[in-house]
Amino acid sequence: MVYNYILYIIARERKCGYMKVTLQNLTKVFPAKSKKAKDVIAVNDFDFVIEDGLLIGLLGPSGCGKSTALNLISGLQKPTSGKIFFGDDDVTNLPPENRGVGLVFQNYALYPHLTVLQNITFPLENRKGKDKLTKEVMVEMATEVAKLVQIDTLLDRKPAELSGGQQQRVAIARALVKKPKILLLDEPLSNLDARLRLQTREELRRIQKQTGITTIFVTHDQEEAMSISDMIVVMKEGVLHQIGKPQDVYENPIDLFVAKFLGTPPINVFDGYVKGGQLYIGDESVLDVSSIEDKEVDVAIRPEGFVVDENGRFTCNLNRIEVMGRDISVVASHEKSQNKDIRAIISAENMARLNQATVKFNLKPYKVYIFEKDSGKRIYF
Amino acid sequence: MKNNNLKGWLYLLPAIAFLGLFMVYPLIDVLIYSFEEGFNFASQTYFGVGGYNYSYVLHDPYFLSALKNTFILVIITVPLSTLFSLLISVGLSSIQKIRNLFQTIYFLPYVTNTLAVGLVFMILFKQTPYTNGLANLVLGWFGFSPVDFIAGPYWAKMTVLCIYTIWVVMPFKILILTSALASVDEVYYNAAKIDGTSKFRIFTKITLPMISPTMFYLIITGFIGAFKAYSDAVALFGIDLNSAEMNTIVGYIYDMLYGNSGGYPSFASAAAIILFVIVLTITCINLLVSKKHVHY
Repeated sequence: MVYNYILYIIARERKCGYMKVTLQNLTKVFPAKSKKAKDVIAVNDFDFVIEDGLLIGLLGPSGCGKSTALNLISGLQKPTSGKIFFGDDDVTNLPPENRGVGLVFQNYALYPHLTVLQNITFPLENRKGKDKLTKEVMVEMATEVAKLVQIDTLLDRKPAELSGGQQQRVAIARALVKKPKILLLDEPLSNLDARLRLQTREELRRIQKQTGITTIFVTHDQEEAMSISDMIVVMKEGVLHQIGKPQDVYENPIDLFVAKFLGTPPINVFDGYVKGGQLYIGDESVLDVSSIEDKEVDVAIRPEGFVVDENGRFTCNLNRIEVMGRDISVVASHEKSQNKDIRAIISAENMARLNQATVKFNLKPYKVYIFEKDSGKRIYF
Repeated sequence: MKNNNLKGWLYLLPAIAFLGLFMVYPLIDVLIYSFEEGFNFASQTYFGVGGYNYSYVLHDPYFLSALKNTFILVIITVPLSTLFSLLISVGLSSIQKIRNLFQTIYFLPYVTNTLAVGLVFMILFKQTPYTNGLANLVLGWFGFSPVDFIAGPYWAKMTVLCIYTIWVVMPFKILILTSALASVDEVYYNAAKIDGTSKFRIFTKITLPMISPTMFYLIITGFIGAFKAYSDAVALFGIDLNSAEMNTIVGYIYDMLYGNSGGYPSFASAAAIILFVIVLTITCINLLVSKKHVHY
């Protein structure tokens, strides 16, 4: 406890030195390679502020432009239009080396011919003139960050002699050693196995809290982003869909894409319609939604939004039950479901009641989201 | 298990037979000839056995001159050609637009016949009663007096031979180096760029170590190739290399076998073994040095 408190103090003290990041109408278009192909808009009109000292998850499916967004912030790619500010400074036209960012690459990009220590001191050796450091100071700084990421016993090894998790720590150490204003991580956990991934993401969180550095990381794994980020940015095909605290975004998705993208097990989506203030799925009226006019809609229900009830309004065919300890997962099906299986997570105490071919549910209204059929926009009720 | 072994040997048989017959057997044969004094091919006879052949070759002024020429050629052409190839390859890798055109141009000497290239060099450097040659014309602009590069002083001839050799071996090296440079992952350069590494430091600290296995391969094969130089000298100075003072070790071996002074296979064998020992030594030194500097 005391230790955590000290970390908190350190984080609070250091936070002041770090930068907020402002993206202003940031757009990146990759021109078409042939006349037939279309231009690819990798980042479309990004306009948001990342407060300093936060851990931000840039989240989206593969190929949605999140790595491009990261490269724009790092300066490796130039935006087509729009501006980037670090603090109050416009860095849009600064080359990457003058931006003071640390970048951890997806495959770590550790120099294979250098030892861990040489890899970490590499950024320091680039300093020229009066910023030049002596060898002793560089080794000292490297050892300090190595301790922070807990690889200080591996300094003489070559990257090939390290495990994936250790390599990643070295990459983070190399990015941190030059005391960057902003730390960027590109799919930092994707090359690790499942167990190590869990462990490392906690580690990432710890390092970020301990240093207080504004950190932006890219991931396609929503669980990863949700579990450690202060804020998540959900994007698809270059378009920003929603930005907010992970729990807020989860509980209040702005459109169908965000609702579908977040949450494990995934949200259950049904074809439904509203008639006379009632929400219908199939022939059953499942919820009162008095404020919506009559129309066809998509209905999305979180797995935890189902309540088993013998007099429930929503009837599904019961397929099987998966026991997960405290909770059970009810796998059901319904002709109007857009997914093959419907998954409902309920408390194990209700298991005894699940012995028939069908199961009846009541729905928790705040776990049910209604979206417009064409645009996928949320209809609030 | 035994069955499998037999099968394995059977599969290896073509390669073993071929290599044994055309590589190993001749090598051993040459070693034997080199110790047989006055061996005669026609009668397959010799006077005695001993080190006389080596003693003769090592005291033969023609051999010593060939040895000197070869060493000068190796010491000058291997580093220079490797260095120039590296510079050109790096240049080629950093241009985008007309890269293919340049790559083709640089590769042309490789597919051109050695003797045809020699002819071109003759035109460039040879002095005739009617013209001083193109090289002398250019040198004349800078106030130098004309030199006969083909039949003139030793250093002039050696210069031409070195330029010629460098020019001939470069295309292959450029080809290999450009592909080695292309195989270095872009991500390392990006990582270095983010850290503000200067271009020169990127080259010496990242690019060079990354392509060091290829560099090492080129240097070793470069040494071996240069030690075996012969056709280049012939292309420039004709077959009577001894009188042109431009003979090489391989040239000496050839002369001993077939040349004007021909018919001495024992001496030729001894010279060949000496060349083999030299190349072996240099390659071993290369291997030892490379352990420190090559990163796989």
